Amino acid sequence: MTAPVRMSRRRFTFAAAGLAGFVLLAACGGDDGDTEGELKGDIIVDGSSTVFPITMAAAEEFSLKHSGVRVSVGVSGTGGGFKKFAAGETDISDASRPIKPSEAEAIAAAGFEYIEIPVAYDGLTVVVNPENDWVACLTVDELKKMWEPAAQRTITNWNQIRDGFPDLPLDLFAPGVDSGTFDYFTEAIVGAAQSSRGDFQASEDDNVLVTGVSGSRSAIGYFGLSYYVENTDKVRGVPIDSGNGTCVEPTFATVADGSYQPLSRPIFIYVRKDAAERPEVDAFIKYYLSPEFTPLISSPEVGYVQLSNELYAALTQRFADRVNGTLWPNGAEVGASLDRYMQ
Amino acid sequence: MAEDSSALDRGAPVFKASMQWRRLKSHFFVVLGLLSVLLGIVTLLVLLADVIIQSTGWLDWQFFTSFDSRFPERAGIKAALFGTLYMMVFTMLMAVPLGVMTAIYLEEYAGDNWFTQFIQVNIANLAGVPSIVYGLLGLQVFVRWMEMGRSVLAGSCTMALLILPIIIVASREAIRAVPPSMREASFAVGASKWETVRHHVLPYALPGMLTGAILAAARAIGETAPLITIGALTFVPFLPEHPLDRFTVLPIQIFNWVSRAQSEFHDLAAAGIIVLLVVLIALNSVAIYLRQRLRTRY
Repeated sequence: MTAPVRMSRRRFTFAAAGLAGFVLLAACGGDDGDTEGELKGDIIVDGSSTVFPITMAAAEEFSLKHSGVRVSVGVSGTGGGFKKFAAGETDISDASRPIKPSEAEAIAAAGFEYIEIPVAYDGLTVVVNPENDWVACLTVDELKKMWEPAAQRTITNWNQIRDGFPDLPLDLFAPGVDSGTFDYFTEAIVGAAQSSRGDFQASEDDNVLVTGVSGSRSAIGYFGLSYYVENTDKVRGVPIDSGNGTCVEPTFATVADGSYQPLSRPIFIYVRKDAAERPEVDAFIKYYLSPEFTPLISSPEVGYVQLSNELYAALTQRFADRVNGTLWPNGAEVGASLDRYMQ
Repeated sequence: MAEDSSALDRGAPVFKASMQWRRLKSHFFVVLGLLSVLLGIVTLLVLLADVIIQSTGWLDWQFFTSFDSRFPERAGIKAALFGTLYMMVFTMLMAVPLGVMTAIYLEEYAGDNWFTQFIQVNIANLAGVPSIVYGLLGLQVFVRWMEMGRSVLAGSCTMALLILPIIIVASREAIRAVPPSMREASFAVGASKWETVRHHVLPYALPGMLTGAILAAARAIGETAPLITIGALTFVPFLPEHPLDRFTVLPIQIFNWVSRAQSEFHDLAAAGIIVLLVVLIALNSVAIYLRQRLRTRY
């Protein structure tokens, strides 16, 4: 009879220990809100994984200056980010492409307005194995031949791409069909977003693509420039001829001066207009576009190509004026210039 | 008797020949069994060794006291570790009482009718539902309808639903293992149904229930898909201050580091994996300890 009673006391002890642990945790969490700056509040960012490293760096640097502002960044993908944006769940949406008309309609239907801000360039790099000694340059037409839907199960050998290429099977690696990178590559090379052959090895993780291409002599694939510059010992970037006879290497410089076409693209953040009225959001965006932060975009830790200082100044002005809506009424365009933001 | 031995005699040469073959089969089975054991263990050891080698130099104090950063040497796991702990506390506070009470009702009170059977079949089925489905449910019910937002609480509610079937099934097994003679003895001295459950069934079944609950917790800690669905974040440079605050958890932090371009982050991910493994092993050890310790008392 005594044992069960002792038991029940033990059970109570467990519950008490659990509760105490919770209180302790809550106490630990509470002492983190010391503020030296005048700004306070939460900023919620979500969206593209491509833009994530830039926004994360901005959030990290910004919270060093304003410890009262808590910026969190999620990775739901460009499309998933816009859904949360339209639901009013986020203040800022990261996007690796301009907003689509359907997404803009959903946001308008929810009664929100937004400010569109391009923040950097990203280059897509076509890569081959370092042991590949036959590809010095590829034209857009050759890439199209390789990746268009009609190539499925018919274009399977390097010697079908160009006379003189060896008799080796094409091992294709590419990002998954849900990624903005896949969208842009198909748009720029094949001519229509999402239009691609289906018989390639797909991965949402670019590191898997690096491993794949580095493991096969006859492999070819594509992914973001920042992953290429980190892995130049494992894969080789292929210069691209956009059709005018000159081969352009994929580098930060060629993406920045606009000569690496058609595989460089602007990436964006979208700010909800009513959120921008909050002082902490306003300060965050101004910091994001300031000369203090923008050079960090091309630092190796972030790995993207910054825009020109004049453009950032114009964008800051546009943001200060709260200019509404998108300058891409038909969605993404290939090889488009950002000069439209200068007016 | 005589007939039997003569049958043996007649069969002797045949039997001898097959004996060798049977021994061979027996050995073959041992080798096969050993190989399958080794396959599992060697794979695990290789993975572990790989992770440990990769994480060397990264698992320092700073790793536990820092938030994520774009500089690998400054990045740490604080937000994810605390997020996981917070979430698990709330999850267990919800799931364990609910699960245990459900199990007691089903085992001790519910009559054997179509309704009870319907519930039982459903609980067994729920235990096999893919976790992403719970994430979608949590997103709609907790995040959107109940307006909890992408909070620790929404994550805990989702996780509680996810592990509830496991806790119920384990608790029912534990209650079923209580000998009927204990209940009968209790009734015989005039105890009510509640007193019997409270003083005899529950204490006896407790070790089994605790083991089930802790193993369920271990499962919840490793889950990523439902939390990504309900919107646990990736970069959270602060600790959750209240149950409705934003958060991240260990598996999401690890996943994010693995997918970064800079290879130093892959080493950080390995360090994160070790932290996750240690938490899991600790939990499982507690489960084993409790089972051993409490069980010997009866």
